Amino acid sequence: MKKWMISLIVTLLISGVQAQIKVTGSVKDQKGRILAGANIVVKGSYDGTVSDSTGSFSFKTYEKGKQFIVASSIGNKTVEQEVNIDSLPIHIDFILKEEISELKAVTVTAGSFEAGDKKRAATVLSSLDVYTTGGANADISAVVKTLPGAQQVGEQEGLFVRGGAGYEAKQFIDGTLVNNPFFASVPDIASRGRFAPALFKGTVFSTGGYSALYGQALSSALIMESIDIPDRSEVSASISSVFLGAGLQKVAKNKKSSWGGNYGYTNLLPYFSIVKQKPDYFRMPEFHTADLNFRMKTKNGGMLKYYGTFGASDLGLRRANIDDPNLKNAFGLNNINVYNNLSWRENLGNGWKMNLGLGYSTDYNDIDQQIQNQQNQKITTGQPWIDNNNFTIKTRSDLSQIKAVFDKRLSGISVLRTGGEYMYFYNSSTFNNQKATLPDHFKALFTEADLYITNDLAAKVGVRFEHSSLINKANIAPRLSLAYKTGKGAQMSIAYGEFYQKPENNYLYTTTNFGYSKATHFIANYIKNTALQTFRVEAFYKKYDGLVKTHPVLNNAGAGDAKGVELFWRDKKTIKGLDYWISYSYLDTKRDFLNYSKQLQPTFAANHTASFVMKRFISKINTGFNFTYSYATGRPYYNLVQNGSQFTIADQGKTIDYHNLGFSFNYLTSMGKAYAVFVGSVTNVLNSKQIFGYNYSNNGQRKEAITPPAPQFFFLGVFLSWGVDRRQDAINNNL
Amino acid sequence: MKQIIIILSMFIAGQLTAQTRYEAGMQKGLEQFGAAKTAEDMAAASAFFERIADAEKDKWLPYYYAAYANHLTGWMNPKADKDKVAEKSKDLLSKAEALERNADTYCMRQMIAIQQMNVDPMARWQTYGTEASNALAEAKKIDANNPRIYLLDGQTLMYTPEAFGGGKAVAKKLFEKSIQLFETYKPQSAMHPNWGKDQAAKLLAACQ
Repeated sequence: MKKWMISLIVTLLISGVQAQIKVTGSVKDQKGRILAGANIVVKGSYDGTVSDSTGSFSFKTYEKGKQFIVASSIGNKTVEQEVNIDSLPIHIDFILKEEISELKAVTVTAGSFEAGDKKRAATVLSSLDVYTTGGANADISAVVKTLPGAQQVGEQEGLFVRGGAGYEAKQFIDGTLVNNPFFASVPDIASRGRFAPALFKGTVFSTGGYSALYGQALSSALIMESIDIPDRSEVSASISSVFLGAGLQKVAKNKKSSWGGNYGYTNLLPYFSIVKQKPDYFRMPEFHTADLNFRMKTKNGGMLKYYGTFGASDLGLRRANIDDPNLKNAFGLNNINVYNNLSWRENLGNGWKMNLGLGYSTDYNDIDQQIQNQQNQKITTGQPWIDNNNFTIKTRSDLSQIKAVFDKRLSGISVLRTGGEYMYFYNSSTFNNQKATLPDHFKALFTEADLYITNDLAAKVGVRFEHSSLINKANIAPRLSLAYKTGKGAQMSIAYGEFYQKPENNYLYTTTNFGYSKATHFIANYIKNTALQTFRVEAFYKKYDGLVKTHPVLNNAGAGDAKGVELFWRDKKTIKGLDYWISYSYLDTKRDFLNYSKQLQPTFAANHTASFVMKRFISKINTGFNFTYSYATGRPYYNLVQNGSQFTIADQGKTIDYHNLGFSFNYLTSMGKAYAVFVGSVTNVLNSKQIFGYNYSNNGQRKEAITPPAPQFFFLGVFLSWGVDRRQDAINNNL
Repeated sequence: MKQIIIILSMFIAGQLTAQTRYEAGMQKGLEQFGAAKTAEDMAAASAFFERIADAEKDKWLPYYYAAYANHLTGWMNPKADKDKVAEKSKDLLSKAEALERNADTYCMRQMIAIQQMNVDPMARWQTYGTEASNALAEAKKIDANNPRIYLLDGQTLMYTPEAFGGGKAVAKKLFEKSIQLFETYKPQSAMHPNWGKDQAAKLLAACQ
C-alpha cells in the first residue's frame, strides 16, 4: 500500500466517526432583548460557545444523535432544547425567562435614603461618611441634615423633615424605638445625638412613606442597624479639645462572639475659657458617657446583640432676661440616661426568620430655672410673666418595649413580614413639687408584604394597627408603595401612607382627652444609580390633620399641609478621589397648630434648603479634607399675643438667610504601635451671621435674635487604636 | 499487514485520546486562556472551562479556571461592571468549592473580593477588605506554603496606605517570601494552578 492510501484511510476513518455539525441560533429574553455572553453547550460535552453582542451564536459539534442544547445566562432561567443531531446544520432561537433575584430586582425607595451595604448601588451614607462630613463633628443627625428633606434648624435638636416638627421624627435602633436619642435639651441650643456613628453598619433616613413596621412618627424615621461582630479586637483611646475617651473591643478567637465597652468624659471648661461663649456658664457642661456591648452568632446563623449606654450630664447657663435687662435667667440641668437594647435575629427554618427586640431606657432630668439679679441671687419681682421663670422641674421618662417581627419567604424573593410590639411608657413630671404621671400601654400589630411581581415591578403593601391606653384610642394605618424599573439602574417609585402619632407629653399632662395627630403622605420619585453616582428627584405632598391646638382649649383641631420637590446628586466618579454630593429641597408648608391664629408657615420651615458636601482624601499625605456648605432661606418668626381666647400676630418677619461652611481634616498615621487619626474641624468657617428666630419680651417691645452660643465651634483631637491581632504582627510572625 | 497494524494502532490511539478528552480539553482551555488578548477572548475561555466543568461534574479545576478567567475579564475590560463580573466569578468559584476547598480557591475568593472593593475602596474597604483578608487567612490554614497567598497579600498591601499597615516595605517582604516559595513549589499536576511567579517578580521589582 502506498503511504497516501494509508493517510486517506485514516482521514476517512476519523472523519467518518467525527463529522462536525454546525449549530447556530440566537439568545434573547422574553421581552426580545438581546442576551450577549450567554453560554450555549451540548449537554455533557465540551462543545459550545458564547453568544456575541448581537445575541447570535455559532459552533460546531462532534456529538451525534439525541442531545440537549442548553442555553444559560446569569439572571435568567436556563433552557434545554432537545435536538437530534444528524448530518444537517441546526438552528435554535432561545428565549430565556428572567429570574427574579435580589440583585436585579427593584427596591421600593420612595421617601427613603438607604445607607450601608444592604443595597450596594443605593449606598448614600455610611458610618465613614458621617465621620468625614466637614463640620458635622461625627454627629449622625448633623450629616442627615445635608440630605434632602431635612431643615437646617440650629436652635433645637431633632430632625425637622418636610414641614414636620422635630418630635415628628423618631429614631430606631435594630427595629426598636429610641426614646431619648439626643442629649438633654437646653433652651435655644441644639444637643448632639447620643450614639456614635461607628456603632451602625447602615442608616436609612426615611423622609416619608416608610414601612408599617414603624409608627408614631408623623414625618420621618431614622432607622439604624447596628454592626455585627467586629473584624478584630481593639483597644482605643482619644484625646481632644473637649473630651477624653477609652475603649476596648474583644473578638473571640473563633469570631463567633465579641464584647466591648467605652467610656468618655467631656468637659467644656478648657474650651470655653479659650473660645468665648455668649451665655455665662456657671456650671460647666460636663458629660460622662459609657457603653457596653455583647454580640454573639447563634447556631443557625442568627445573631444576638446587646447594646447599652449610660450617660450623665450637668450644666448651667445664664442669659439676660428679655423683659428686664437688669435680671438674668439661670438654667441648670442635670440629666441621667440609661439605654438598653437586646436584639435577636434567627433563622427558624422553612423560610421563616425572626427578629426580636427588647428595650429598656430611662431618662431623668432635674431642671432648676431661676430669675437672678446682678449678684446672681434668686429673686422674685412680683411680675408674673417674669416670675414664671422661677421653677424647678424633675422629669422621668421610661420606656420598656418588646417587638417581634416574623419574616416568611414567599415564592421567589417576595417576603411577608408580620409582628407586633408592646411598649410601656412611664413618664412623670414634678413641677414645683407637684407630681403628675403618664403611664401608657401602647400596642401595635403590623403586617407587610414585599411583593416582587417581576424584576422590574415590586410592591410593598402593609397595614399597622395601634392602640394607646393613655388616650384610649386606636388607629389603623395603611401603607403602600410601588417601584418600577425604567432602565438600567433607573427606577420610579410612588408611595402612599397614613401615619399617626399621639400628642406630646407636655399636653397630655394637662388632659388625655386627645385623639391622634395624623399625616397622610403621597410621594413620587425617580432614581438613577450607578456604583459611583446617584441621581434622585422626589416630589411629595403631605396632609396633616388632628394637630394639637393649645387654644381656646387643648384640642386636636389643628391641620396643615406640606408640598415640595427635592433633588440629590452624589458623584464619586467624575474627578478621581473626589466625592461630593449636592442636595436641594423646596418646601411649601403651612399649618394651624398650638397657638397659631391661622394657617401659617411654621417657624421651623424654610422654603429653600441646599447643601454641598465635598470630601477628598489625598493618599500621598494620608490626609482627607472635607467641606460642607449649607444654605437655607430665612425662616418666619411670629410674636403671637393673646387677645381674649384668641392669639393674634403682633409682629412677624423672616430671619436672614442661613449660611454655614464647615471644614474638617483627618490625617491618618501611626504612632508607635497605634494607628492614629488626627481630626480638626471648624463650623461656620466664614463666620456668617446665623439667626434662628426671635424671642419677644412680654410687652412685645423688645425682640432678641436666637443665635448659636458662639459663632463657630473648633475641634481638635486624636483618636488612637491598637489592634490586638494586628495585621503587622501577623505578617511578621509568618515571615 | 504492517500498514494495517499502523492504521489500527492509530485508531486505538484516537480512542485513547477520546478517553482522556478531559486532559485534552483542559490543555486546549489553558492554551486559549494563555493566548487571550481581550476581555472577549477571556470570556470565551471562561465559557469553555465552564462547559468542561459542567460536562465532567466532579472536577474542581475547570470551575476554578472558569472563575479565574471570568475574574480577569473584569480587569481586562476597564468599563466592565465589576460587581456583575464578581457575582458570576463567585458563582463559578462556589461550584469549584463544592468539589474541593483548598488554598487556591481561597486565593480566588480574595481576588474577587479585592475586585469588588476597588469599585469604591473608601466605602467598601470595611466589608470587602475583611472578606479578602479572611480568605487569605483560611488559605494559610490549609497550605501555608502556597506562594500565591503571599503574592496576593503583598499586592493588596502594596496599595494600602502605610498608616493602615500597608506600603511597599511591607509588600516587599511578602513578594520575597512568595518568590522563595515558588522556587520549591510543585503543582500537583500540569493542570493545577501554577501562576504568579512572574507577577511576584515584577511586583518585587516595583517595590525596589
